[in-house]
Formats: sequence, C-alpha cells, structure tokens
Amino acid sequence: MIARVFITPKKGVLDPQGRAISSSLHSLGFGEVADVRMGKYLEIRLDPAQGDGEPEGRVRAMCERLLANGVIEDFRFEIDREANGRSEHDA
Amino acid sequence: MRWGVVSFPGSNDDLGTLHVLRDVLGHEAVPLWHKSSDLAHVDCVVLPGGFSYGDYLRCGAIARFSAVMSAVSEFAAHGGLVLGICNGFQVLCEAGLLPGALVRNRSLSFVCREATLRVESVANPFVNMALVGDVWRIPVKHGEGCYVVDEATLDQMERDGQVLLRYCRPDGSRAREGEDASDYNLNGSMRDVAGVMNATRNVFGMMPHPEHGADASLRDVSWPDAGVPDGLRVFQSIAGWVADMGQRAAVDSMR
Repeated sequence: MIARVFITPKKGVLDPQGRAISSSLHSLGFGEVADVRMGKYLEIRLDPAQGDGEPEGRVRAMCERLLANGVIEDFRFEIDREANGRSEHDA
Repeated sequence: MRWGVVSFPGSNDDLGTLHVLRDVLGHEAVPLWHKSSDLAHVDCVVLPGGFSYGDYLRCGAIARFSAVMSAVSEFAAHGGLVLGICNGFQVLCEAGLLPGALVRNRSLSFVCREATLRVESVANPFVNMALVGDVWRIPVKHGEGCYVVDEATLDQMERDGQVLLRYCRPDGSRAREGEDASDYNLNGSMRDVAGVMNATRNVFGMMPHPEHGADASLRDVSWPDAGVPDGLRVFQSIAGWVADMGQRAAVDSMR
C-alpha cells in the first residue's frame, strides 16, 4: 500500500519559486503558462499489518503533524491499496 | 544570569553564541544537547542559527520534535524566556511557539549582509535597551527568512506590540504602501517584520544574528567604533530583564 502525498503552498502565500519557474517557462516560449505553484510530492510505503486505524486517518495525521505546515501549505493525498512492494522509483 | 544554548545536529552558531555570552558579556552559559530534556535551570534558552537536521522537509520542522524542544515548550508555557535566532526562529514557528512561518526569500537568493532594523517596541524582555525608532545594525545570513502570517494575526500582533524589529533603511524610514521595499527588506517579509514575540511576551524570534553583531573586536571596519554593538543589546536587554525580575522577587519575599 502506498500513500501519495501532495503538498502545495496555500493560496495567497507568496511562492517565489513558482513565480521564477513561470517566468522561465515564458522565456522558453510557453506563453500559455498562467501560473506555477511549486510544492512537494512524497511517496509513503505503508505496511498494512501495522498502524492503528484506517490509513486515511493515519496519513492525514502524518500530514497535519509533520509533512505540511498548515500556516503556509495545503495537502492532499491518495492511497493506493493495490500498490505493494517497492516504489515506482525503484523499479 | 544563566543562559542555555541548544545544539541540534546542524546548528552552527551555537558556539558563537556561547562565546558572546561567556567572553563578551561574562555570563554563565551552558550548552544544551538536543537529546536531553534537562534545561539545567537556565534563565533563558537560546535556539541558535544553523541548519538543524539539514533543513530537511522545512526549516525547523524536524528539530521541533527533538527531546529538548518538549522541555523548551514546557519551559515557555511556564513563562521561561526563549530567544530564537534565524534557524531558532524557524524552529519556534514550526513548534507553534510563535505565530507564522518563514519561507524562501522573495529574491530566491541567500542573503548575507548587514541589515538595518527599526526598534518597534521596547516594553518587553528582549528589546528594551533602546528607544522606539532607534535603528540597529545587525547581520543577517539566510535563504528562508521571509516572514508570513495571516493578515488578521499580524494586525493583532502589531496592536499588542509583538513586532519588536522591522527591516528599515539606514535612516529608519520604510517604503510606503505599494512602494518597492526590496532595497532594505532583504527577504520580502510581510510588513518588513524581522523579529516577533508571542502573546505571552516570553518567546522571541528574529532572523538577524545578534551574536554576530555583539563582539566589538569582530566589528566591521565600516562600523562606528563607539558604543555598544547593537547585537549585544539584545542579550543585555534579556539579562537586564532577568535581573529586574530577580530583584522584584527578592523584594516580594521580604514583604
């Protein structure tokens, strides 16, 4: 089981990296780029035999307690129950 | 006056801070190890600058879960004085001991230079050897020093005198609304905020490094050579406050 967590800067919070990437894309001719927000992506492999409670609640708690800072960041996640073993990057 | 200076893995201004406290101020100062929850009966805990835990995930995000931080939170909850410098400020925000967060500098560049700071509030333990409107010169060196917090909280903090230092021009002036402030606001912080205190007035965080502007023998040649280095005033403010509290307690106990 794998949890995929996406963390993005909150709306309204200055994202200078996103802005720099956006202007870089413009200078490469990608004029359709209206806005870029840069965040983080985490893949968390979960052992179904461990953990107290539903993975949704557990992953939400991970995000709230550590992975995202609620002052500046939003998070969302998806849980892939079919995925097992190694992450995509190891393949 | 007894100080404690925390060392996290990746702290690098802990020794410089101990030097200023011991060798410049002549105070007792003890190192506090991140794995220990024993604060050694200090009067003030300093969280120093550096890159705790390599700044992984977010600056300060991992350090806040260390053993020493549980003790620091408890200490702060009982009114103990806590000073966070640079990475220490980031740790305090992550720990929820100060409002807001510090994000990547607006310029995306690491800044390493002297900042000019306007003293905004002096009725507090951390910045009191000054008058409101004084301009201090204290070095900064950081990549993630842009202070952000929601507008309503910042309004409240300003009303309650919790913003102690702001970036300003050398003459003390600041940009008007809509004007470019990037000549003096080095990181893009909201409303030029450089240092903030919590609502209970015993926890303070600042991005500039007072310990780097405290030892007169290390003073930049361009500095005026008279007077107390401005960084030292932060430590002297705290020490003066603690001494006053001690005297008051002594008088109370005689009554």
